[in-house]
Amino acid sequence: MTVLASPVPKTEVRTLSMAQALNQALRDAMAADPAVVLFGEDVGALGGVFRITDGLTAEFGEARCFDTPLAESGIVGMAVGMAMNGMRPVVEMQFDAFAYPAFEQIVSHVAKMRNRTRGRVALPMVIRVPYAGGIGGVEHHCDSSEAYYAHTPGLHVVAPATPADAYALLREAISAPDPVVFLEPKKLYWSKQEVQLPVREPGIGTAVVRREGTDATLIAYGPSVPVALEAAEIAAREGRSLQVVDLRSIVPFDDETVCAAVRSTGRAVVVAEAAGFASVSSEIVARVTERCFTALAAPIRRVTGFDIPYPPPKLEHFQLPGVDRVLDAVDDLQWEQ
Amino acid sequence: MTSDPRRLLPSADPVSLIDPQGRSADSPSYAVPDDATLLRALGSLITARRLNDQAYALVRQGRLAVYPSSHGQEACQVAAAQVLAADDWLFPTYRDTVAAVGKGVDPVEALSLLKGDWHCGYDPYEHRVAPHATPLATQLPHAVGVAHAARMRGEPTVVMAMCGDGGTSEGDFHEALNFAAVFRAPVVFFVQNNEYAISVPLARQSAAPSLAHKGIGYGIAGERVDGNDMAALLAVLGAAVARARAGEGPQLIEAHTYRMQAHTNADDATRYRDDAEVAAWVRRDPITRLETHLRDRGLLTDEVHARFTAEAERVATHLRDGLNQDVTPDPDDLFAYVYASPTPQLREQAALVADELSREGAH
Repeated sequence: MTVLASPVPKTEVRTLSMAQALNQALRDAMAADPAVVLFGEDVGALGGVFRITDGLTAEFGEARCFDTPLAESGIVGMAVGMAMNGMRPVVEMQFDAFAYPAFEQIVSHVAKMRNRTRGRVALPMVIRVPYAGGIGGVEHHCDSSEAYYAHTPGLHVVAPATPADAYALLREAISAPDPVVFLEPKKLYWSKQEVQLPVREPGIGTAVVRREGTDATLIAYGPSVPVALEAAEIAAREGRSLQVVDLRSIVPFDDETVCAAVRSTGRAVVVAEAAGFASVSSEIVARVTERCFTALAAPIRRVTGFDIPYPPPKLEHFQLPGVDRVLDAVDDLQWEQ
Repeated sequence: MTSDPRRLLPSADPVSLIDPQGRSADSPSYAVPDDATLLRALGSLITARRLNDQAYALVRQGRLAVYPSSHGQEACQVAAAQVLAADDWLFPTYRDTVAAVGKGVDPVEALSLLKGDWHCGYDPYEHRVAPHATPLATQLPHAVGVAHAARMRGEPTVVMAMCGDGGTSEGDFHEALNFAAVFRAPVVFFVQNNEYAISVPLARQSAAPSLAHKGIGYGIAGERVDGNDMAALLAVLGAAVARARAGEGPQLIEAHTYRMQAHTNADDATRYRDDAEVAAWVRRDPITRLETHLRDRGLLTDEVHARFTAEAERVATHLRDGLNQDVTPDPDDLFAYVYASPTPQLREQAALVADELSREGAH
């Protein structure tokens, strides 16, 4: 994909939370293209339960940003029809685990329409999903559901870890010719960063090295990137140099950047919140091992969520991959050889 | 909301304009379409039956993997297409190939899915016919989206969204009707109640007084029509399309008809229904009914009938010739249309297949 050329001539530097960056991206996309429409549950007057669509109905009118009945399959299915007929819908699933009623629409239609029609019907649409844990959410509000989408050919799956990336990746997702599942790490909604607008970042499908390091590579995406960065900071104080790779995009997967990083250090740990079994993290280990086996000094380790239903708020700290577990995994990378 | 919800209820009996014996039946609400329209419809019906039976035969000859026939339901198929304008959309299910052909799709391209060359064999934009929906009712929310987008732009498009009696049990049926009503989307939901969802009879799908009664729960007017009465179907569906186009919001039409053959060639209908039931419906055949009516009124001559039969034969020959052509699907297509441009991983996998093929070629 190409990096979006933003038609909004802003060149200011602003301190933005990820939520504000996403809101700005939606606003700028709507201003740039009248075909962009937003809908979902509570996205109108309320501005979304996380306020990501705050002010957009007031600014662009109810036709462009509107509330729907509470029915996720209907929301995604209607978006399919609108995308078929000249629009660029951006729909919000209120929470990760509330998106499951739309699963059939996503798997059987959103993902397959281009292929089944030999490219004649494209679906330029974005499904925004506030996702993953770490906010003390109660049952059914904290699922890391990326593997379901990543396993489905025809979807792009994106997870930003910074406000700047949230802006850039969402703008690109909206202008992309294919459907994008856009996973917004809920616990990072309030994380802040100085952002230069318009944002210039690598496109969807490109991973970036967030921190240089020489001893081992931490591979993370979405909510686990700040965990990896913090672990690297602590490790540095203890004399170990950890490199951090932020995937940004799960599909397409950037084998080239990830493998180059792992080859440069010879050791790797994958950090992800989702349950580890049959997961994106296991796919990363498999891919990197297949391609980098001779460069590896130790088996790749994973620090993931346990294979359990997401725990209640007072127990969730056991489930989240924390800095200590990451550092323990790094310690296990056969340094004594 | 509405002042009198009773206006949303369907009539007690399905609307009928020509009875099974071919005689005119009075309706307080609908008029019989004009003679030219009825004659044209008979021609389409004869072609529709011929298409169904030709496709059925092509399964036995191994040219189609399977064919869910609309034999017996041809009046519904013809009417659904005939009441639409060129810019209107049709959303067919897997049993609605004849309706898709009626809207303009080439029958050979329409049957690509069942031939196995590719999934959707036609360009959905060319005749505004969505790809056949195989999962039940999932196409109905798409129909709402297409209609809503058109309405946002001020276009006069109406969308005909088809499903069967079994499809009305699916959640997407409910969600689509509800969304369409809330957004006043110009959609005509057209339910062909053919009594069976594969083997499961209507009584196991719904305890509603009729499927058209489901409309009132969403604020949508429901109407019932005799699904083997070509004249009534044209009148009722035509009026529904006109109301949707006039901005009156979505419409729900239930046609009572019968799947005279098994679900597909792979099905054995004798396990769940008896011959007497089928025989009773054969006596209500939509084609003989319209033919009798037109002959009795002196509108159908042997010469016109011969012309219709010849046209049907021409279409069947076209279908046969098209499906008898062996197309070798291109393995590159496996990877070409997943995304606008293939991911690096898909390029690798395409190269793997290309390599396999080149080694096969070397032997």
